[in-house]
Amino acid sequence: MPFIVEKRQLVMPGDILAEGDFNPGENTYREGGKIYSSLTGLANMAGKNVYVVALKGFYMPVVGDLVIGKVIDLRLGGWVVDINAPYAAILPTSEAFDRSFNSRRDEMASYLDVGDLVVAKVIVFDRTRDPQLTIKEGGLGKVSNGRLVRVTPTKIPRVIGRKGSMINLLTRGTDTRITVGQNGVILVSGERPEMEALAVKVLQMIEREAHMLGLTDRVEELLKKEKGLKDE
Amino acid sequence: MSKKSEKLINKEGVRTDGRKFDELRPIRIEIGTLERADGSAYIEWGKNKILAAVYGPREVHPRHLALPDRALFRCRYHMAPFSTEERKNPAPSRREIELSKVIRDSVEPAVFTELFPRTGIDVFIEVLQSDGGTRCAGITATSLALADAGIPLRDLIVACAAGKIDGQIVLDLDEPEDQKGQADLPVAISPRTGEITLLQMDGIMSSDEYEKALNLAMDGCRQVHSMQREALKKKYATEEEGAKGEGEGEVKNE
Amino acid sequence: MSDSYDVPISIKMKHIGELIVQDKRLDGRGLLDYRDIKVETGIIGKANGSALVSLGNTKILTGVKIETGPPFPDTPEEGVLTVSAELVPLASPTFEAGPPNEESIELARVVDRGIRESKAIDVRKLCLIPGKMVFVVYVDIYVLDHDGNLFDTAALASMLALTTAKMREFELKDGEVFYKDDLVSLPLQNHVFEVTMAKIGDKLVVDPSLEEESAVDAQITIAVDDEGNICATQKSKTGSFMPKEVIEAVKIAQNKAAELREKVLGGLS
Repeated sequence: MPFIVEKRQLVMPGDILAEGDFNPGENTYREGGKIYSSLTGLANMAGKNVYVVALKGFYMPVVGDLVIGKVIDLRLGGWVVDINAPYAAILPTSEAFDRSFNSRRDEMASYLDVGDLVVAKVIVFDRTRDPQLTIKEGGLGKVSNGRLVRVTPTKIPRVIGRKGSMINLLTRGTDTRITVGQNGVILVSGERPEMEALAVKVLQMIEREAHMLGLTDRVEELLKKEKGLKDE
Repeated sequence: MSKKSEKLINKEGVRTDGRKFDELRPIRIEIGTLERADGSAYIEWGKNKILAAVYGPREVHPRHLALPDRALFRCRYHMAPFSTEERKNPAPSRREIELSKVIRDSVEPAVFTELFPRTGIDVFIEVLQSDGGTRCAGITATSLALADAGIPLRDLIVACAAGKIDGQIVLDLDEPEDQKGQADLPVAISPRTGEITLLQMDGIMSSDEYEKALNLAMDGCRQVHSMQREALKKKYATEEEGAKGEGEGEVKNE
Repeated sequence: MSDSYDVPISIKMKHIGELIVQDKRLDGRGLLDYRDIKVETGIIGKANGSALVSLGNTKILTGVKIETGPPFPDTPEEGVLTVSAELVPLASPTFEAGPPNEESIELARVVDRGIRESKAIDVRKLCLIPGKMVFVVYVDIYVLDHDGNLFDTAALASMLALTTAKMREFELKDGEVFYKDDLVSLPLQNHVFEVTMAKIGDKLVVDPSLEEESAVDAQITIAVDDEGNICATQKSKTGSFMPKEVIEAVKIAQNKAAELREKVLGGLS
């Protein structure tokens, strides 16, 4: 029962991964009893599940994801939000206010207008309808300051680190609050612009070197060095 | 002017650029050359210089064009005014419009458009310099641009042409050979299955010659396919190394 | 995916505003610094001249084709210069396929103005048969990747494509043109460089990036020739400049143009 490629081998669209009694997992497809890769990535296997970890990809909404989006339109009943995905998302007014809301356009705009940023959660998504968001929970809502960094969505897990280890290192090391959107958008806000800039710089480094060994150490070193300089 | 023979291929089977009948022109590929596009690839195939870029999946404009069950796949093949011997008017010609269509038809079957209903995937092919076989080079680069954009594909569609010059079947015609030769047969395939997704021909060939040319072109396709894979490998090789080594490389969502 | 993705203008303006007070910019550049400039000439063999220029991530390829054609009726003994620009869709999610729109036309005309008014090309030397046949120099600007400041990038690519362009040496005999095998350059007698500045607060920054361009509404482009003369100006977008800001811009443009000249022409000769 062959798993044909090596674990963590680089595969490309059309490459055969396995034959026989396997399940086609993420970024694979089955045809004629064989499983093939549909993306460029690293092939792997968990039990009977054959999958490919994408090296570069775009964001597809997943229910429960925290995302950072930008309002691009106001419609009756809700805001249209760009969440850096193939589909624009809808934030219904019912998911923005606790009280029942009579959505007159001016009232909506006074709360959230075109161009505003929001931190939200995906509550509904299947491919037949546009994703829906909520900002009702704690920590969600309109963004009023900070800097944005865009990172390839596939590298977001690396930015967070095992059990949040990397992101904690970064927030402590720069005295900033960092909100990581699963959609590849990260918000950095702190008291001092130099610290915000440092956090941005480190995030960009993490994206560039996500696959390299010793990244955590290098991040620690960089933070110590730069923070030391800026505190003088 | 020296008295040069008019022959495109001589008695020893050597063509004007020194190639044998079954030799490809030199090919060089670069992936991810553009910043703004979601995916891009640049190919130099002989003297051809072609850029392919992909945007998407993204919202379709105008919205009424969106399809309920799959992504709208669009393709635009366009030549720069300075790409040809005589300056070309920038407005799209009938040839460019036809090529846009056949290229789209050859690549779309490989794209999992059904995974992205109501969105659009746009492919742009810009020919910066043209020297015969631009549609084949364009298709080859398009597959890589789609892969670079992270769009799921069944396969990397690849294309190559064969033809007839001075009565002989040869691989990969350059422009002089295409213009003065007797037939040109561009072919695109899905290498995994061998299915042909683009097939055109102009000129005159017997059915034997046709078959010979077809097989030669498909052979050329397979050679170019391994170059596509090499180019992707080169781009991501360091990631593979990092992942295979011990430690932090791969962290799944927790 | 989306292109509009960016910090809201209000937050960005605030951030840019905070930085500018300290003479700083978003990407850490000095106010008068150009981004990294990369130049490659002669890459399109079929064109008479070509240059691929990158200013940071903005990439523009300009091709020069020299052909023959009739002169304009009011200048029967002069060659023709024609500049056009294409903002091809692959360069930016905001570019659509189609006939030239106002953005590409403005780009072409601003670059044209610099070359034409500086008389960089001695068009009198491009006449074959007065009133009937002259050389037509086509400058085609092809934007490949848009990350701000298309004007300067296009002007640089066009000037370099012209400087390195080659044409066959020609001779006029009995009303007919004979071409020799030797290659010669275009009859150039001047060079022009364009410098674009954006106004942030009360300061001028050179070579605005896409991010900066989207947050400001006053920009000015100034073309300067070899002698430091001003040959063309374009104020773009809806914002305004005070006269002293314009004078300051002129001074900055003269200095930066000289730097660009040193950097790109120095390397070629």
